[in-house]
Amino acid sequence: MKRPESTIGSMPISLFPQAPVMSPARLGEATHCPYCALQCGMYVNGDISDGTLTITPRHDIPANAGGLLCQKGWTAGELLTGGARLTTPLARAGHTSPLSPVSWEDALDRVAGAVREIQAEHGDDAVAVFGGGGLTNEKAYQLGKFARVALRTSQIDYNGRFCMSSAAAASNRAFGMDRGLPFPITDVAGAGAVMMVGGNVADTMPPFMRHLRNTLIVVDPRETRTARQATLHLRVTPGTDLALALGLLHIAITEGYADEDYIAARTTGFQEVRASVASWWPERAERVTGVPVAQMREAVHLLGSARTAMILTGRGAEQHSKGVDTVTAFINLALTLGLPGRAGSGYGCVTGQGNGQGGREHGQKADQLPGYRRIDDPAARAHVAGVWGVDPDALPGPGRSAYELLDSLGTPGGPRGLLVFGSNPVISAPRSSHVTERLAALDLLVVSDFVLSETAAMADVVLPTTQWAEEHGTMTNLEGRVLLRRQAVAPPSGVRSDLAILSGLAARLGLADGFSADPGTVFDELRRASAGGVADYSGITYERIASETGVFWPAPSEDHPGTPRPFLDRFATPDGRARLVPVDHRPVAEEVDDHYPYYLTTGRVLAHYQSGAQTRRIPALNEAAPETYLEIPPDLAERLNVTSGDMLTVTSRRGSTEAAARVSRAIRHDTVFMPFHWEGANRLTNPALDPVSRMPEFKVCAVRIERRDAAPSGERRLGA
Amino acid sequence: MRLVVVGNGMAGTRLASEVRARDKDIQVTVFGAETRRPYNRVLLSNVLAGTATPEQVRLPSQTGEGVTARLGVTVTAIDRDSRTIRTADGGREPYDVLVLATGSEPVVPPIPGATRAITFRTMDDCDRILGAAATATGAVVIGGGLLGVEAARGLAGRGMPVTLLHLGGHLMERQLDAEAGLVLGEALAGLGVSVRTGVQVAAIHSHGVELATGEVLALELVVLACGVRPVVGLARDAGLEVGHGVVVDDRLRTRDPAIYAIGECAQHDGTVYGLVAPAWEQAAVVADLITGADKAARYRGSRLVTRLKARSVELAAMGETQLTDDSAAAVEVVRFTHRARGIYRKLIIRNDRLVGAILLGEAPTVGTLTQLYDRGGPLPGDPAGLLFPGFDGAMLADSPVRMPDSARVCECNNVTKGRIRACWEAGARDTAAVAAATRATTGCGSCRSAVEGLIGWLSEQEEVRA
Repeated sequence: MKRPESTIGSMPISLFPQAPVMSPARLGEATHCPYCALQCGMYVNGDISDGTLTITPRHDIPANAGGLLCQKGWTAGELLTGGARLTTPLARAGHTSPLSPVSWEDALDRVAGAVREIQAEHGDDAVAVFGGGGLTNEKAYQLGKFARVALRTSQIDYNGRFCMSSAAAASNRAFGMDRGLPFPITDVAGAGAVMMVGGNVADTMPPFMRHLRNTLIVVDPRETRTARQATLHLRVTPGTDLALALGLLHIAITEGYADEDYIAARTTGFQEVRASVASWWPERAERVTGVPVAQMREAVHLLGSARTAMILTGRGAEQHSKGVDTVTAFINLALTLGLPGRAGSGYGCVTGQGNGQGGREHGQKADQLPGYRRIDDPAARAHVAGVWGVDPDALPGPGRSAYELLDSLGTPGGPRGLLVFGSNPVISAPRSSHVTERLAALDLLVVSDFVLSETAAMADVVLPTTQWAEEHGTMTNLEGRVLLRRQAVAPPSGVRSDLAILSGLAARLGLADGFSADPGTVFDELRRASAGGVADYSGITYERIASETGVFWPAPSEDHPGTPRPFLDRFATPDGRARLVPVDHRPVAEEVDDHYPYYLTTGRVLAHYQSGAQTRRIPALNEAAPETYLEIPPDLAERLNVTSGDMLTVTSRRGSTEAAARVSRAIRHDTVFMPFHWEGANRLTNPALDPVSRMPEFKVCAVRIERRDAAPSGERRLGA
Repeated sequence: MRLVVVGNGMAGTRLASEVRARDKDIQVTVFGAETRRPYNRVLLSNVLAGTATPEQVRLPSQTGEGVTARLGVTVTAIDRDSRTIRTADGGREPYDVLVLATGSEPVVPPIPGATRAITFRTMDDCDRILGAAATATGAVVIGGGLLGVEAARGLAGRGMPVTLLHLGGHLMERQLDAEAGLVLGEALAGLGVSVRTGVQVAAIHSHGVELATGEVLALELVVLACGVRPVVGLARDAGLEVGHGVVVDDRLRTRDPAIYAIGECAQHDGTVYGLVAPAWEQAAVVADLITGADKAARYRGSRLVTRLKARSVELAAMGETQLTDDSAAAVEVVRFTHRARGIYRKLIIRNDRLVGAILLGEAPTVGTLTQLYDRGGPLPGDPAGLLFPGFDGAMLADSPVRMPDSARVCECNNVTKGRIRACWEAGARDTAAVAAATRATTGCGSCRSAVEGLIGWLSEQEEVRA
């Protein structure tokens, strides 16, 4: 195979040494898909310059073994060759001037200069960093270090706050560790029954469906493609998953499915939880959730009588102002049934973003240091400061969470400069019109991306960066399996890797050392920084990953085999027991009423990923799903006198947008659905935050729907 | 602030926890006449039926920081002038705010020998019934309301013959129309409960129950479920206004602004509610008001949904179930009956809103209908789907023949029937070949049988043409 001779921008990159296991030459470089957390294995072969680039599925990666890929994966190569690519830094002469090409030296000088100026006048915290769950472990780690050491700012968070934070907090509370699936994905295929709560993997990560082979119970307000494959579909009212879990737990206890021996041996807190669900008899849960008692009983029976069973949660359960308690309630159910820490059974969350797992472990979270350490833990600070060669007292403390950070931009006391890596908050943040206003109020907005995303288009400086197949790095997939994403092609000239960008900026901010642009060097440092932490990567090397098709963390030494199933013997809590925590249902932050009579829920479509910055630029995907839409129930269509394709105006208390109607019986009578890959959906969503995880309530808000031609001009009822 | 709650049942315990959730500084003292730790009275029928243990229906202990529970202590009087209550043990307790949650007590009809029967109201009652059931050869339940039906079903489930006697013309007449009552009776009969309506009990003897007709049912265990009446003695003695229950306003306040009443002892806007949901809604309003969490909180009445808790009998009743078609009042009734299967479904619609419903037997739409009733939202023009889920939503399995060329067969890779046909025509004759050319089946895999079906059909077509 052809190895690229490459430089990234002006910086030479150290090419990765020959892997111990060679990729089959005719297939190309063994790497992984650029999109979701499944991280399907793929070979990338050919040359981007002559149009011979091909993608073939790998067979050695369990997530997609058997030649599987979805349309996003098959077409991922077009990202490398497409004309939408940024290949030169852009900057504005003045705040209102258009973006125009500048040299790298100029771009980095401008950023460093503006950072210094802002910090000199307003303090270190006046410059903030916003990262992403798609960044490699190396980048996520380096970004956290760059914020704390080079910028000395506490103000760093990332879009994973909008994805995984609720499940993460609940898992930490219950198990002392947050590893999305604490078992290999192949265990899912073996499970006798799986309950999927608020996850539509058939659209979001299609090859996952191949692992759902036996009894499947889906909890979702919509009859999604996943729900259509289910043995039982519980069509829950948006925002009431928590009440459903309490009702299910009540049934599990009263009908004798509680595993008393397991509860006694492996858990604490059961008595309190049992007492707390005594007031959630199923008929009460039915009235809140709309799920018939008979279906709840059937669900418990299917789960409780299977030899092995799993409960999995997705964003549908988690993206709520009570997301942590909702996940906790499902974990309580799993623990009562005796599932976690038992081979073939368990609780897991289905991580969404490509590196949603690794991205939440190594320090781009406001309250976190590498290795899943807490930034307010003195021992953690001392360890990490030692690796970084700084005084522990010089490390900043916890900063604002993602939405709170975005909400504070350009306000008195809030940051005045923001560096964005691997994220597109103009599309993906809740109440996005407001977030866009906040971004516009900044003195400095810097965006590193490989296309001109909606957020990049607002920036003062845009830094064109390398992407998946143009650089090395590790990704930790939804199983907690650390994978190697190899470079397969040469990047276009004119772009630099994020690591090179951070290195260049650090140097200009006076730190010539400590910010290597070489992924291998950064990974070795990450290993040292994570050593002894919950997410211990110290025993993981690029060579091991390649020869072992990934390594499960924690792997505390190079001779440690890695940990596919971390809870088999004990949980990661101080006493080794899982904790049941009593939680109670509470209503959604914004109930429907006469002015806003429908629930809006949001989600993904198959052809697109996240804010669509990548997938909307791929012709085949755009053809498959060219525009946003609003899925509405037939009786609403009848009332509005519209059919599919007619334009609707959707309005919430925060904004308004338009979309074509898609009339469907797959949606509840009181609910409408809109995909979030396009600008619009998040103008409507509610930034009510979970008190623990600070997750916004993306999954439910109240809206009004009108025919576009009938909608009153302006938003006269806003604020009603 | 010192908050005193009289009553440690569903309403009183709920109030204490609602108050503590809003304000940790309020000192709460709860008096309960029962000595037991609070339990979920709604689930007593399940304990009777053996589908729940007493342990499983226990509510979280309210005692703890800031909450004192005085169990087994009966409150005997309220001294409104000094704002104190007096207890049977001679104690006094001052209050700033007093909440009456005294609940209700079973009605014991004036029948000779009525004291030989066991009422069904408390956990102690439940223990007594179960104790007697252990040796009894059969049981009579007097009263065919919700609780009587649940008790009869529960005892029958324990394997004893049960006769359910009801004075009225049909079972659960507060919630059901006559036909539903009949269907319910038939369902119960199939479960070992002999139902007799329109019967009057003359006396209860040690050897059995004597009916007005002179007939004697020789069954040892007699359970009384003849309804409840609000416990209002304390309020009446204190000079508060009492109708059927303690009269309260939209703040759940009696005429004395320091005294509130909630739950089954309270009468709001002419109504005394006998279900737990209204009591809890009232508790939340009172907690909002006395803690100042929401001074504008008001109680405007509750919508009632009754769910029978009896194994193998699914029954939900809500709202105005007795109405009949009346075009002048814009009332429409949609009904479906299938007595052989124990199914009776009735929707009462007024001005496109669901104002009542009865769902007896398997009812997959019960959740949807309850929510439509609760929210008062508009109904779809054709309510068939509300009675028969899937009736309007059933997708006819698309045969390859009927499917248009533009139909998407493989969602994951956006492959249409037309593309598969073209691919087949270009020589791909099996699924593997089609997958290699179009990528169909390489995603979630759910289209595999459809793709195989298409290829099979295309092959057949070719043979026909050949």
